[in-house]
Amino acid sequence: MIDFLGSQQFIELIYLIASALFILALKWMNTPATARRGIVAGETGMVLAIGGTLLQLGIDGRMQHLVIDYKWVLIALVIGSGVGVPLGLVQMTAVPQRTALSHAFGAFCVTLVGTAEFYLRSPNVPAFTMSVLCCEVILGGLTVTGSLMAAGKLQEVLPQRPITYKGQNIVNLGLLAIAFVIAIYLVHDPSAKHLYPVMVGIALVFGVMLVIPIGGADMPTVISLLNSYAGLSAAAMGFVLNNKLLIIAGALDGSSGFILSVIMSKAMNRSFTNVLFGAFGQVAATAAAEQEARPVKSASPEEAAGILAAASKVVIIPGYGMAVAQAQHKVRELFDALTKRGVDVQFAIHPVAGRMPGHMNVLLAEADVPYDHLKEMDEINGDFPQTDVALVIGANDVTNPAAKTDKSSPIYGMPVLDVEKAHTAMVIKRSMNPGFAGIDNPLYYMDNTLMLFGDAKAFVTNIVKELSNSHG
Amino acid sequence: MSLVDGLFVFMLAGFIGFEVIKRISPLLHTPLMSITNALDAIAVVGAIVLVGRHESQLSFILGILAVVAATSNIVGGFLITDRMLKMFKTSRPTKS
Repeated sequence: MIDFLGSQQFIELIYLIASALFILALKWMNTPATARRGIVAGETGMVLAIGGTLLQLGIDGRMQHLVIDYKWVLIALVIGSGVGVPLGLVQMTAVPQRTALSHAFGAFCVTLVGTAEFYLRSPNVPAFTMSVLCCEVILGGLTVTGSLMAAGKLQEVLPQRPITYKGQNIVNLGLLAIAFVIAIYLVHDPSAKHLYPVMVGIALVFGVMLVIPIGGADMPTVISLLNSYAGLSAAAMGFVLNNKLLIIAGALDGSSGFILSVIMSKAMNRSFTNVLFGAFGQVAATAAAEQEARPVKSASPEEAAGILAAASKVVIIPGYGMAVAQAQHKVRELFDALTKRGVDVQFAIHPVAGRMPGHMNVLLAEADVPYDHLKEMDEINGDFPQTDVALVIGANDVTNPAAKTDKSSPIYGMPVLDVEKAHTAMVIKRSMNPGFAGIDNPLYYMDNTLMLFGDAKAFVTNIVKELSNSHG
Repeated sequence: MSLVDGLFVFMLAGFIGFEVIKRISPLLHTPLMSITNALDAIAVVGAIVLVGRHESQLSFILGILAVVAATSNIVGGFLITDRMLKMFKTSRPTKS
C-alpha cells in the first residue's frame, strides 16, 4: 500500500481525478442553478492536485536524497493566499480590471517557471522541449505586459484613447518575428543562454505594443484574447513539465478564451484574424467631424416617468455608462417601481456592453435584478416592435441603427439592438457629445426618440421619485 | 509521456473545452472567465516543485514568486466567482 501511495501511478490517478473535476466545474457553469456546485468541484480538484504534488515532491526527495524545502513552499502559498483574498473581494464594478490583472498573474507564473526550467536544464534541452518552452515564455511574456496594460486602461491609470501610428502592424509583427527567430535559434542551440533574456524581453515589449492601439470599447475582445493566451501558455508549460493536468487545464482555459473572443469579435463585426493580430481600435478616427447640429427632442424626468408609467412593456438597455455612473442599484429601483405597477420590464444585454464578456449581467445581478429578466440580443430583438418604451442607459454604439443601414458607418454590419423599433425610445445621456468611439448615432434624431439629458444615476433616481409620488 | 501522448491529451481537452464552454449561458461569461482563471493557476504545481527542490538560487526565487502569483489567482479567482454566482437570483420559483 505504501509502495502504491508512493508510486508515480498514484500521483497520476490524483491528477486524473482533478482533471475530471475541472471539466465538471466548467460543465456546471452552464446555468446559474448548478454553477456554485462547479466552484466546489474546481476547488476540490485544485486541493487534490496541490496535495498530490506535495506528496510527489516528498517521494522524489527521498529517492533522490534531496532535502525538500517545504517551509518555503508553505510560506509562498500563505503569502499568495494573502494577496489573493483582497483580489477576490474587489467591487463588482472593478471586475474587468481585476480579471485583466489575474491574467497577468497567471502568465507571470508560467513565464517564471519556464525561465527557471530553461536555466536549470540548459544546455541539455531536447529540441521539442525547447520549442514548447519558447512558446510558453513568449505567450506568457506578452500576456503579462498586455494584461497589465489592459488593467491599467480599465483602471484609468493609463490613457484610454487608442494610440495608433503608421506601420503599427508591421512593427508588431516584426517584433514577434524576431522573437520567433531567436526561439528557433535557441531550439537549435539551447546553450545560447545570453539570447534567452532578449527573447523574453521582446515578448514583454510586444505585449505592450499589442494593447496600446486598443480603446476601451474593444476591451471585451482583448480580455478574452489574453485569457486564451494565458491558457495556451499554461498548456505549453504542461508539455515542458510532462504534466497532463496542466495540459488539460491550459487547453480548457485556452478554448474558453478563444470562444469568448470569437463571440465578442462577432458582436463587433470584426473578423477573427483582425482580432488575432490585435488590429483593433482603428475604427475610431474617421467619423466624428462631419456632423452639424440637428434638432433633438428632450424630456424631463417627470415626462419620462409619465410615459414609463403608461407603458405595458419596457425594455432597458444598459451599457458601460451605467457602470461608470454606478447607476445599477437605482435601475433596480426603477425595475421594482415599474413591476409593481404591472409593467413588464426586461433588460436587453448586448454581448459587448460593458468592458468584459457578461459585465452587465454581473452588475445587474449584484443589484438584485432577477436573471430571468436579463435577455440576450437575439432573444429580445424580435420584441422591440411590441415594446412601448426602450430605455437606453449609458449605451451608445450597440443601439446605433446606422450599423444596419449606413454602409459608410464605421460600425456598419455590427449586430445591434433594434431600439428604434420600439414605440418610444428614451436615451439617458450626459450631452450630445458623440460616444467613446466618436460615431454619431442617428437614433437620437428620430421622431420617436426622447433624449433625457443628465447623469444616469441622478436621472433614474428622479424618475423613480416621480413614479412613487404619482403612485400615492 | 511521449510528445504524441501529450498532443492527444491537448487535442481531446481542447475539444471538450469547446463543447462544454459553447453551452455556457452568456449570462455567466464573467464568472466563467474568473473560474477558468483560477483553474489555470494549477500552474502552481510546477512552481511548487521548483521551490521544493531548490536546485539553484535562481529557480528557487523565481519559483517563490510564481507560487505567490498563482496562489493569489487560485484564492482570489474562486472567491470572486463564488461572490458573483451568489448574486444571481431568479424571480421564477426554482424547481427542486
